[in-house]
Amino acid sequence: MSNLKDIRAEEILISAIAEMLDGLPHIAVGASSPVPGAAAMLARARHPEKTRVSVLGSEKNNFFTDGGKELFDCAGQGRIDAFFLGGAQIDGQANINLVSVGDPDRPKVRFPGSFGSAYMYFTVPRVILFRLEHTPRTLVEKVDFISAPGTSEPHVYRPGGPYALITDRCLFSFDREKGVFRLASVHPGHTVEEIREQTGFEYDEPAEVPETPLPDAETLAVIRGSVAEQLAEIYPAFAAEVFGLGKAA
Amino acid sequence: MDAIRLDLEGLAARVPDEAKIALPPDYSYCAMALVRAIIARGVKGLHIIGVPALGFQADQLIGAGCVATVETAAVTLGEFGLAPRFGAAIKSASIRMLDGTCPAIHAGLQAAEKGVPFMPLRGVIGSDLEKRRDDWIVADNPFEESDPILMVKAIQPDFAVFHAPLADRYGNVWVGVRRELMLMAHAAKSSLVTAEKIVEGNLLDDPVRAAGTIPGLYVGALAEAENGAWPLGIPGGYDADAAELARYVEMARTEEGFADYMAGNSKEAAE
Repeated sequence: MSNLKDIRAEEILISAIAEMLDGLPHIAVGASSPVPGAAAMLARARHPEKTRVSVLGSEKNNFFTDGGKELFDCAGQGRIDAFFLGGAQIDGQANINLVSVGDPDRPKVRFPGSFGSAYMYFTVPRVILFRLEHTPRTLVEKVDFISAPGTSEPHVYRPGGPYALITDRCLFSFDREKGVFRLASVHPGHTVEEIREQTGFEYDEPAEVPETPLPDAETLAVIRGSVAEQLAEIYPAFAAEVFGLGKAA
Repeated sequence: MDAIRLDLEGLAARVPDEAKIALPPDYSYCAMALVRAIIARGVKGLHIIGVPALGFQADQLIGAGCVATVETAAVTLGEFGLAPRFGAAIKSASIRMLDGTCPAIHAGLQAAEKGVPFMPLRGVIGSDLEKRRDDWIVADNPFEESDPILMVKAIQPDFAVFHAPLADRYGNVWVGVRRELMLMAHAAKSSLVTAEKIVEGNLLDDPVRAAGTIPGLYVGALAEAENGAWPLGIPGGYDADAAELARYVEMARTEEGFADYMAGNSKEAAE
């Protein structure tokens, strides 16, 4: 049995995300997402004959040969099974905002921009939302700018959409029919009450909420071994901070 | 036909005020040395297009006051964080921002590449991006009942501006798998290219090379620029200079710091 003291919060997230990716044929990871990137690599390590991983900005974990557009063309054809999106703000309908806070023409804060979100959210079946800051400031009732909508009118072509939202405190699943999140598990050291207090939107909460499982010893060994090593090529700062690794030569 | 070969200043001189230029993202082949030469010329009113996202090139062009319009899916410095001069320009509303999404930019360029007026694209419907763009229209799929689909107007840049590991005297430019550069070159009216090395032979003679080579047909002029992507890297070539990029991000937090950085930089280039 793993000891909570020795396990980093990132490792719990990596392990929980990998569970949602288990056995999928093709997982794609966008820019600046070290934790989802690690989870995808963990999923691949578990099923090396079944699972492919494409990481944007990586040389070793990117097999595309047709330039920046190929990832999106692939998604449009249904060749990508899971993808990750974040959001400066995420609301209760799973709308995400990657653009700005306040009036978009005179924003209080400006973020990088929407990237491929407005497209991948529609075309990839299992989009996992990932946000490390879980506060009423980030998980809001209504986003200030919709980079990508969480749900669409029934006649809009949309094989893809939100599957789950994972934060530093908990995991929510998303019910696409109802258009609401449901509290799925609470990470060790956090409470259901705390989640209620720190979440700016309404969500469903079952009577019994399980704790997010800790990674077992075998999983931890893979994360700290081959996954950490592969991650160092793409996210050197993250790998150095979390795993104490330098960039591989 | 021999290509027009210039130095960096000569290449920069071909970019007039208000030109529409397409630029690659930081992880592709960026002509940073050429961008510095464009800044040194004091070009104004540029419309820059990220294919599909922008980084250090855009932040420096914006900070130097060269840019009127930014059309991109994002402006990011990756692990170095938010782009400081871009953020400041947005907050003071000194640039016009056309927020897009990666595949819509690719689609617009593909339309231009084919010489057609627009390209349909899935997704995007119902986003605030779509509501704020008058060059995107939601129309009906003419082949199906009740199937709304986004139409992205063709994007034809005046110039594609990028770097490459290798070019030849005929203006053929090898980009390997970085084919967003090929898309940019096909879509733009002309391309201004820097290369680590310009060789005398013909890159198209080698079938292995030819598949990843942009023909000279699309290239208006080129210049040799060793380390032309510095302080960014080139995939398969050299790594980014992380210390230098961090120094930029630190200094560019303020307008004064940015000016000092750029002044030091041009001094270094002159030496």
